[in-house]
Amino acid sequence: MRRIAPLGLRTRLIAAFLLVAAICAVTTAALTYQKARNAILKQTQDTAVSSLREQIEQQTTRLPMTQDQLQAVVTELGKRGKPHPWTVFGEYGSLRASSSSAAPFGPVTDTLRRKVRENRYGAFQRVENGSGDPYLTIGIAAVFPHGGVAEPTGAVYFASVPLTDESRTVQAMVDAAKQGAVPAIALAVIPALLAARSVLRPVRDMRRAAQRLGLGRLDTRIEVRGADELAGLARTFNETARALEHSVAELREAEVRARRFASDVSHELRTPLAGMLAVTEVLDEDAEQLDPDTAKALRLVSAETGKLAVLVEDLMEISRFDARAAELNLDDVDLAVAVGKTLERRHWDDGRVRTDLPPGVRARLDPRRFDVVLANLVGNALRHGGAPVLITVRTGPGEDGERLLVEVADSGPGIAPEVLPHIFDRFFKADAARTRSAGSGLGLAITLENVRLHGGTLRAANGPFGGAVFTLDMPLEAHA
Amino acid sequence: MPRVLLIEDDPSVREGVGLGLRRRGHEVSAAETGEAGLALMRSFRPELVLLDLMLPGINGVQVCRRIRDTSEVPIIMLTARGDDFDIVVGLEAGADDYIVKPARTEVIEARIKAVLRRLSDPAGGRPEVAHHGELAIDRSGLTVAKNGERLALAPSELKLLLHLSASPEQVFSRQQLLEYVWDHSYHADARLVDACVRRLRHKIEDPDRSPRYIQTVRGFGYRFGPL
Repeated sequence: MRRIAPLGLRTRLIAAFLLVAAICAVTTAALTYQKARNAILKQTQDTAVSSLREQIEQQTTRLPMTQDQLQAVVTELGKRGKPHPWTVFGEYGSLRASSSSAAPFGPVTDTLRRKVRENRYGAFQRVENGSGDPYLTIGIAAVFPHGGVAEPTGAVYFASVPLTDESRTVQAMVDAAKQGAVPAIALAVIPALLAARSVLRPVRDMRRAAQRLGLGRLDTRIEVRGADELAGLARTFNETARALEHSVAELREAEVRARRFASDVSHELRTPLAGMLAVTEVLDEDAEQLDPDTAKALRLVSAETGKLAVLVEDLMEISRFDARAAELNLDDVDLAVAVGKTLERRHWDDGRVRTDLPPGVRARLDPRRFDVVLANLVGNALRHGGAPVLITVRTGPGEDGERLLVEVADSGPGIAPEVLPHIFDRFFKADAARTRSAGSGLGLAITLENVRLHGGTLRAANGPFGGAVFTLDMPLEAHA
Repeated sequence: MPRVLLIEDDPSVREGVGLGLRRRGHEVSAAETGEAGLALMRSFRPELVLLDLMLPGINGVQVCRRIRDTSEVPIIMLTARGDDFDIVVGLEAGADDYIVKPARTEVIEARIKAVLRRLSDPAGGRPEVAHHGELAIDRSGLTVAKNGERLALAPSELKLLLHLSASPEQVFSRQQLLEYVWDHSYHADARLVDACVRRLRHKIEDPDRSPRYIQTVRGFGYRFGPL
């Protein structure tokens, strides 16, 4: 079942305008038609009825009437039709007469006969003959005055007046109304379009502006026209955008300052560390010949210098990601070889890590960053989870080209549910009691950034059999 | 043990690296500025230069170019990772390798040894001078001549050319070249290879033709020939 698409504002406005115009035109036409028709017909009726009555009253009849007398009266009446020529029929008991030989009994209905008997002033009825021409039929019972009271003579005269002219007049009016209504409705489209445009343009401008705002163009403003509600809305929009721009600018400045500070600090730390790190070997070697306390102190300095160097290196790496200064140096690599070398370099090729690699898969990626990602995931799996660790590499179709899927699963207890959402946070301590993690505390954050730089995603979850599972999904061919 | 010239403006790094290398038996001479380093080039005649890229006055890249004008001495840059642009510029200027600071002395020494290492000939028993088109490559004398004219090649350029030309028409990935030629553990920087190939092409290829000797195989790496 498809839902019908909602109509646009423009369509609805035009439809409303047309509907109003149509209702106006139709109502006006209908009322005009009805009034005019009634007026025209009433005039014809009244004239015909009164003239028939007059004519009947002028006739002298002797009762009881014979067929000849009835025919004579009818013929006489038939000559004096007003406003139009008419055909007159007479009925007296069982006698019948007609002024026209073409219509011997005429279109007199029983309804009219009954009405005439009930109403001594006469009655009339509009009828149509077989070919649909309208007629007015009038019936009047002839009376004679008797002691101040009109007594019926028993003769009833009917006149049938053709209404062709009136019908034509009315038809002409209907046509005029129709011909007037259609252009009126058509003309209504113009103000409808204008009104729609005047409403829609600000709405459309606002939509575009909102889109631009959403894309981060916070300097977007709308031109305010006029002083109506839409202009008020535009003004409010502009004020909102201005406020937003201001606060975002402040936030960005603060963020830039914070990032620059982190970056500057790590840069500043690097130079003294370079000097310190170069001499740690000397400390370690000479500690052998010194008293135990000094030796211990020297080894401590040496070990911590090494850790500090790693931390500073990681801090700088994160700073570069934050400053969008991290670059991809892409190369085409054989995945099986790349994974094998990563394990080999760190001496993890001793059976603790199992691999499930399709041979001959080539990917375009940054080998150094990929190595860092994989080493970090496997290192974490070994440290926090436990051997055996399984690396599964698969390729599959994605929305925009082939995807590379790498899964690193360990055999440990898995990741605690309260830890999962924060696993990629910087310096996140899974165990509050552990003041310092084995690494810099930035490992997984850097891993995630490296994956993102390749246009991929990294998810952490617990596998069906309890161990932690990290799933890396990135394009098989990354773009710098 | 090789004589190392260390050009580094920061005293702690200069002293620390100098001390570490001396302890391992190297003869180290240190200079604080590029100018002082260039002066020492003549008097000290180092077998290897450790060069900091961020120097006051004439910077490391310029120093590197000046050294290369007159000498094929191996040059290793001291850089900070993230100064990506500097690495590329330094490599283009003729450096053979680079070390990211901070680094332990053992790492620095490993790089020094790798740069100074002579390539073992992968296929012995071949004629000493192999002719490839206009190039004459002398594997034992470690010289390359083009049209009889000897080319001045930096150590990394020479090693790369010897390695590629030892197996003509075989494709080597960048990662393989990093391992064989630079002795880098696997995931070093492929830009080392690319920069070296560019410098080498500049010296051996015809500038107005597509590369003949060192050809790029898209998606795989580089190969020597086919001519």
